[in-house]
Amino acid sequence: MSRTTLDLWVGFFVAIGIAALLFLALKVGSFSGVQMEQTYQLQAKFDNIGGLKVKGPVKSAGVVVGRVTDIRFDPDTYEAVVVLAIDSRFTFPKDTFASIYTSGLLGDQYVGLEPGGDERKLAAGDTVFKTQSAVVLEKLVSQFLFNKAAEGQDQK
Amino acid sequence: MLNPVNLLRQLGSRMVEGIWRLGYATRFFGAVLLNSGAALRRYPLTLREIYFSGVLSLIIIMVSGLFVGLVLGLQGYEILQRYGSAEQLGTMVALSLLRELGPVVAALLFASRAGSAITAEIGLMKATEQLKAMDMMAVDPVARVVVPRFWGGVIAMPILATLFSAMGIFGGWLIGVVAIGVDDGSFWSQMQASVEFGHDVWNGLVKSFVFGAAVALIAVFEGYDSEPTAEGVSRAITRTVVTSALAILALDFVLTSFMFRGTS
Repeated sequence: MSRTTLDLWVGFFVAIGIAALLFLALKVGSFSGVQMEQTYQLQAKFDNIGGLKVKGPVKSAGVVVGRVTDIRFDPDTYEAVVVLAIDSRFTFPKDTFASIYTSGLLGDQYVGLEPGGDERKLAAGDTVFKTQSAVVLEKLVSQFLFNKAAEGQDQK
Repeated sequence: MLNPVNLLRQLGSRMVEGIWRLGYATRFFGAVLLNSGAALRRYPLTLREIYFSGVLSLIIIMVSGLFVGLVLGLQGYEILQRYGSAEQLGTMVALSLLRELGPVVAALLFASRAGSAITAEIGLMKATEQLKAMDMMAVDPVARVVVPRFWGGVIAMPILATLFSAMGIFGGWLIGVVAIGVDDGSFWSQMQASVEFGHDVWNGLVKSFVFGAAVALIAVFEGYDSEPTAEGVSRAITRTVVTSALAILALDFVLTSFMFRGTS
């Protein structure tokens, strides 16, 4: 086979390889972390974080505004300390409420931020004081059963 | 006669031979790397090998990728719709292809399609004493014959695995969206939400690169080390396919346990 046809075929091969990689990069995958180059850190203390994981999303009004970067246990207060990296384009008031929600019925857990009305803003390194723990399904079920049992006794 | 001493002796000699071959293969790999610089400067030789092991494997890789994707689409839908989450089909197809099936199946196909051809070619060259003739003319057969084939395989393999994954995702889309009727938008958006380029696509590429190097090395080594007879060459080809398959699967386990250890 002559040199030029060989080059043509190898060029074609490499070109469709690159096209496939572009397809995987743009259509199939996403570059997470690229749009959040600059972040600042906030802390939040929860009684119970449920199934929250490091790298989980932080959402406000349903939009991803940051990521969970670290989860520690505080041995003094017996609380979970969750470190949040928030996109530095966004600032939140001092009295922002942080809660742990579940996306869908059995989906991943994420931290939801609900801004309050305070004029002062949270700065890097600040702690969010108003938090609400994750809903633990077993607790809900046992509460429900307990209430049902109590109702049954009242009727007697 | 079944003589325990004889059995033990055979076992021992097998093991010693295996270790000897491993050492020889390592030394051979060193020689290949040492000669790479000189051989890559004569890149038309490598280009020719990319053509033979890459371009000629295109059809089989793309068709198999398509069919694997079609099957993943069918089976994935069957299971996911039981839990009412058929929109996750895209995620399932893409992740299983990018992380495991793409690199592994493409490498297995590559070993049987291109690896066996490389071994046969080098083995026949040895049997017909072409390698010796080159040596006589002061042309190093490792630099002239082995190194271009090795690098041709190493370069072709990631491209083939990428194409395999892309065709597989296309196949999953064909079955899921076009044939069954999963929503097109949620198929792609769910996929994009959970496939991360730096983690899933990139690790798949690294895997296929490692597999390509392993298969190419085994193929050229078996060819170069084959007995210069018709039977010896045929045995070398069998060994190439068997050893490559085992090496790919074992390496895949090792790489997976490094790359995807319980996080996310």
